[in-house]
Amino acid sequence: MPELGLIIEVVLIFIKVYIVGMILFMLPLPLTWLERKVAGRIQVRLGPHRVGPKGLLQPFADMVKLLLKEDIIPDKADRFLFKLAPLLAMIPAFAVFVAIPVGDTFTIPGIDYVFKLYISDMNVGVLYVLAIGGLGIYGIIFGGWASNSKYSLLGGLRSAAQMISYEVALSFAAIGVVMMSNSLSLVEIVKSQGGGFWNWNLFYLPVGPVWFLIFFIASLAEINRIPFDLPEDEGTLGSGFHTEYSGMRFSFFMLAEYIAMVTISVLAVVFFFGGWMPPIDPATFGIKVPAQIMSVWGIGWFIAKVVVFIYIFMWIRFTLPRYRYDQLMTIGWKILIPVSLITVLVTGLMRIFLT
Amino acid sequence: MIEQIFFYIFAIIAVVSAIAVVTSKSPIHSAIALIITLLQVAAIFILLRSPFLAAVQVFVYVGAVVVLFLFAVMLLDLGGEKIKEQFHQQTVLGVISSVGLFVVLLFMLSRGSLTAPTGGYTEAVLAKNTEVIGKVLFTKYIYPFEVVSLLLLVALVGAVVLVLNQKGKDGV
Amino acid sequence: MLTLTHFLILSCILFSIGVAGVMIRRNIIIVLMSLELIFNAANISLAAFAYYLESITGTVFVVFNITVAAAEVAVGLAILVAVYRRRKTVLVDQLDEMRY
Repeated sequence: MPELGLIIEVVLIFIKVYIVGMILFMLPLPLTWLERKVAGRIQVRLGPHRVGPKGLLQPFADMVKLLLKEDIIPDKADRFLFKLAPLLAMIPAFAVFVAIPVGDTFTIPGIDYVFKLYISDMNVGVLYVLAIGGLGIYGIIFGGWASNSKYSLLGGLRSAAQMISYEVALSFAAIGVVMMSNSLSLVEIVKSQGGGFWNWNLFYLPVGPVWFLIFFIASLAEINRIPFDLPEDEGTLGSGFHTEYSGMRFSFFMLAEYIAMVTISVLAVVFFFGGWMPPIDPATFGIKVPAQIMSVWGIGWFIAKVVVFIYIFMWIRFTLPRYRYDQLMTIGWKILIPVSLITVLVTGLMRIFLT
Repeated sequence: MIEQIFFYIFAIIAVVSAIAVVTSKSPIHSAIALIITLLQVAAIFILLRSPFLAAVQVFVYVGAVVVLFLFAVMLLDLGGEKIKEQFHQQTVLGVISSVGLFVVLLFMLSRGSLTAPTGGYTEAVLAKNTEVIGKVLFTKYIYPFEVVSLLLLVALVGAVVLVLNQKGKDGV
Repeated sequence: MLTLTHFLILSCILFSIGVAGVMIRRNIIIVLMSLELIFNAANISLAAFAYYLESITGTVFVVFNITVAAAEVAVGLAILVAVYRRRKTVLVDQLDEMRY
């Protein structure tokens, strides 16, 4: 008979995974509504407003529509891969969240049980997040290949080339964060930014903002958002890798895309904006706040920062035009990578001489 | 006990998908099988208490190398092949000699014994796996590290030069 | 109890499959993939030796090995693309002339 504490730990991990999974599954519903409302506001129109108050029930209507649509598989498609691809796009997007901390610990008063506000604190957290996050590309590549259509194939090809090019810059940005925070564990990275907004990695002057820009641009390209959404460029490619997809399988791709957007927002917050740390810590002014209240307060800040980032992604999507493919490659190889090499050098010198 | 069960699961999946890499008709299916094998190898690295290696394996192999393979397959449009095109005439000979190789390796394994002295990196030290590897990499193995970085640079330049399209020469 | 032999036998099996793949397949891409299998077999045994000998050298060697494998694939595929452009084939037994 194993001891009770171990069983409780295992059960808690299952509950946490279930909760995180459910939240991620439900998130695209409000996000699609928000995205269309933001689009409406930016393009000076109303956005969805018929279904429910302020169009709030629109996502459910969309869901019913997608579920009822006929699921078409092209005649000459590779059926096995065609069915596998949407799942391959979705699973890594979920798996990344195993390593994401939404807070530190929460000590339940009375029984003094320390509840961890993350599923797992790995000592290779940053590597894990980048590695697993990079796997989502297989859904796009295989989807493009299996459809047996030239537009889909071109979408998949573009996506593969784009992903390899920008993975380098993204990894450099992660290296920068690791150098600034002195750890590969995401929990430690957030803890190193505590004490007030001037300790955030963003304000690790002068290199912090540069790293953030590199991270932001590279991650936009990694998750195929405008202005780098060449794999699904409707102007030249039909709609890219998911041209042949319909119904539920198509919505899996959409789901993966939204979760990827959330992932990148969360990573930006953890890497550069102090995670769950509030901008001004009451402890610096000598005010004592119970730890439990601080944890809940921290989760609130975490969610608020992530929402701001999601809004920025939507804002960019409806404001910027799309780059040409050669421009995309030029930005990746001739600007981002040289700049990050120089910034690695500067960050390293700062770490040696300033600490 | 639990470790052993996991080892056999990973090992069997790895071997089956490795066979699929070698035998499947379409290069794309081979690539999928290769991904599965590489992920199993990453899992085996975790069994060997080396999460850093596992993460690097997934990051470099699954995240970049196989994507490069797929890129080449799609760029050259290498679809499925007929069964006659798949294998050489020397298939039988090849299979026999690789089985022979396996038997020889097993024989050597059964004869060998572990006599080398054990080092100081016990499991307790390796709890901070990444930190230890980083320190060793940048102190004791700094020269190999520099050589490898030079190798990467050469490979980068070499790859660019090789595929550079000489206009007017072959007109592709 | 897992022993070193378990890992070494797995490594041998993967190595043999990789060698077989290099010898029997005609498509260069599959030959390159089989080379990756061989690399991985070597990596498993290096990591296993590092763990059971309580030494770090094997682990570091695996890191170098992965780097070399990545470089090998980049150059190999570049050669493949260059060859395909000229010869319009990727079957190894048709690429049997020294010059073209």
